[in-house]
Amino acid sequence: MSRFTPHRFWAIVLKEFIQMKRDRVTFAMMVGIPLLQLLMFGYAINADPRHLPAAIRAADQGPFARTLVQALGTSDYFVLVRETASEAEAQRLLQLGDVQFIINIPEDFSRKLLRGERPTVLIEADATDPAATGPALSAVNALAATIFNRDLPGPLARLQAKPGPVDFRIHAHYNPENITQYNVVPGLMGVVLTMTMVIITALAITRERERGTMENLLATPVRPFEVIVGKILPYIAVGYIQVTLILLAAKFLFHVPMVGSLPLLYTVALLFIAANLAVGITFSTLAQNQLQAVQMAFFFFLPSILLSGFMFPFRGMPGWAQAVGSCLPNTHFLRIVRGILLKGNGLAEIAPELWPLLLFLAVAMTVGVKRYRQTLD
Amino acid sequence: MTASDLVIDVTGITKRFGDKTVVDSVSLQVKRGEIYGFLGPNGSGKTTFIRMLCGLLTPDGGTGTCLGYDVLTQQAEIKRHVGYMTQKFSYYEDLSIRENLDFIARIYAVPDRAAAVQRSLDGLGLANRSHQLAGQLSGGWKQRLALAACLIHSPQLLLLDEPTAGVDPKARREFWDEIHRLAAEGLTVLITTHYMDEAERCHRLAYIAYGKLLARGTVAEVLAGASLSTWIVSGPALPALAVKLRGCAGVEQVVAFGNTLHVSGRDAATLAAVIASVRDPRHTWVQTASGLEDVFISLMDTAKDNFA
Repeated sequence: MSRFTPHRFWAIVLKEFIQMKRDRVTFAMMVGIPLLQLLMFGYAINADPRHLPAAIRAADQGPFARTLVQALGTSDYFVLVRETASEAEAQRLLQLGDVQFIINIPEDFSRKLLRGERPTVLIEADATDPAATGPALSAVNALAATIFNRDLPGPLARLQAKPGPVDFRIHAHYNPENITQYNVVPGLMGVVLTMTMVIITALAITRERERGTMENLLATPVRPFEVIVGKILPYIAVGYIQVTLILLAAKFLFHVPMVGSLPLLYTVALLFIAANLAVGITFSTLAQNQLQAVQMAFFFFLPSILLSGFMFPFRGMPGWAQAVGSCLPNTHFLRIVRGILLKGNGLAEIAPELWPLLLFLAVAMTVGVKRYRQTLD
Repeated sequence: MTASDLVIDVTGITKRFGDKTVVDSVSLQVKRGEIYGFLGPNGSGKTTFIRMLCGLLTPDGGTGTCLGYDVLTQQAEIKRHVGYMTQKFSYYEDLSIRENLDFIARIYAVPDRAAAVQRSLDGLGLANRSHQLAGQLSGGWKQRLALAACLIHSPQLLLLDEPTAGVDPKARREFWDEIHRLAAEGLTVLITTHYMDEAERCHRLAYIAYGKLLARGTVAEVLAGASLSTWIVSGPALPALAVKLRGCAGVEQVVAFGNTLHVSGRDAATLAAVIASVRDPRHTWVQTASGLEDVFISLMDTAKDNFA
C-alpha cells in the first residue's frame, strides 16, 4: 500500500507542469534571472581592472622620465589623465577619487639613474579597494626591469636591471590571459541554479498550504515521496533550460573555452539540480507561509554565493568559512563545472566533488520526506 | 444491525491541541446508506472530528473503524475509499474544471479515466465550460465541482464539511436532492451544517458543542430527548415583556419571531409558573412544539454551564 505508484506520481507531475505553464511571470523569471545574472556578472565583473586614471607629478622632464611615463601609459593599466606640479593638487585628486594613482618623479631622476644610484619613483595609490590597485601595482614592478633597456645602450648597459639569482618562469594554466569571465561565467551556472531552484520549490508546498489545497491533497492516498518527486521533476527540466542558456552564452558571448565533456557536465548537473530542489522542498515543509519560504531560500543563497568560491577565492577564506563552504553543494559544483570546462577534467578527476553532492542530496531528501506530514497533526 | 452495516463505528474519540480538548470522547455509529447530520456551533470540533474520520488527523484517544478500517492505523486505506469535501474550496484555482477532475481521477487511479471525467462533467452540466479555470467559478459552481471531484473515485463514504455555506437556496435544494439520490444508491454521507432546514433533511443527527456529543438520533428523537417546552406569545409591548422574561429563572430563551415571542424552558412546570406570573390580558399565550433550533440553543447553553 505504501509503495510508490507511477499513476499518482504522474498526476502530480502533470499538475505541476500545468501550473507552471499558467504562471507566466514565474516562468519568465526562471529564464530571465539567468540572463540578467549572465549580463551583470559576465560583463560587469573584472578582477583585473585596467585603464586606471593616474596623475603625474614630474619634477624631472629628462628623456628617462619621459620613457617612464610613456611606458606606464602603454602598459594598459594606467591612463595618465593629469600632469601637475603641485603636491597639494595631486593629493586632492587622490582624495576626490579623480585619480587612482599619483606617480611622483623626483627632480634628480635622470641624474641619479645615470650615476647608478637607483632613483626612487614614489607611486601613491588609492588602495581603499585592494582588488582595484593590486594588479596595476604588480605590473609596475615587472615594468621597472625592462623599460630602460633601450635607453641604456653600450657602456650604459651596466645600469640595466640585473636578473635575480633565480629565474622564475610562470606558466599560468587553464586561463593564461587571466580573463575573469572564464572563471565567472561557468561559476554562474551554480549560482543561478541555487537561486532559482531553491526558491521555486521552497514555494511549492507552502503555496499548497496557503491556498488550502494541501488539506485536499493530504485527504487523497498520495504518498509524500510521490508528491516531492512529482514536484521536483518539472523543475529539473527548468534547471536544464538554465544550464543550456548559460552554456550557450558562455560559448557565444564570452568565448569561454570548453575543453571537457559536455555530456558529463549535463549528467552531473542533474545531481546538483536535484540537491537544490530537495533543499527547497525541505524549506517548504518548514515554512509557515510563502514569505518565510523565500526568506529561508535567501538564507541558503547568501553563503552559496559568498563562501562557495564563486565571488572570492575559496583558499583565501579562514578555516571556519571553508568548513561552511564545504557543506554547500554549490562549492563542489563550481569546482566540477570549472574543472570540466576549463581543465578538461573527466569523471575520475571530479569524483572527489561528487560524493559530497550525493551525500547532501540524500540528507536533504530524507529531511524533506520525513518533514512532509501526511496528516494535519 | 450487524457490524458490517456500520460504515462509521467509533467510540471515545478524543483530540487535544496543546492543553485544549477539541473533541472529547465522541462516539458515533453511522449505518450504510444513511445521511447523518453533524451539527454544532462554530469551533465545536466538527471539522476536527471529520478530519479524524478521513485520516487527516490521528485521534489522541478512542478506538473505532471507518469503512471497516481502523481509524488509528489504517488511514491510508480509509483515504482511498472516502470522499472528503473541505469547508474551504480546496481544488486548484489555476487549473481548469476538467484538469482538476482529471488530476483527482489520476490520483485515485480511476479506471477508464477519460470516460469518468466526461461523465462527471456531463453530470455537473459543465461539459461546455470544462476549460474554464476553477478560480473563475462562482461559489455555487465551485461547490458543485468540489462535490463532483470527491465523487469521481466512487467512494463508499462521503464526508462533507459545511458544503452549503454561502450557497443560494435553489442550489442548496438541488444539492440535497443529489445527496438523497446518492444515499439511495447506498452511499453513506456525513454532513455538517448550520442550517436547520438541512438538519431536518438528514436521516439522523448528532449535536456537538465544546467537543462533546450532546444529543443524537432522528429529528423526532432529538426533539423528544430535549424535553423543552415552548410557548408563543403575541400582543402589544412585546419588547418590554421580553426584557422582563429574560430576568426570570426557568426561562432559557426568549426569541422574537416577527410579531411574536418564542419563550422556552426545560422545566415545563417552572416555565408555566413564570408565564402565569407575567400574564397580561392583552397577550395571547399558546403552547407549541419546540423547534430544532430552540433545542440546539438550549443544549448549547446547558453545555456551557457544565463545561465551559
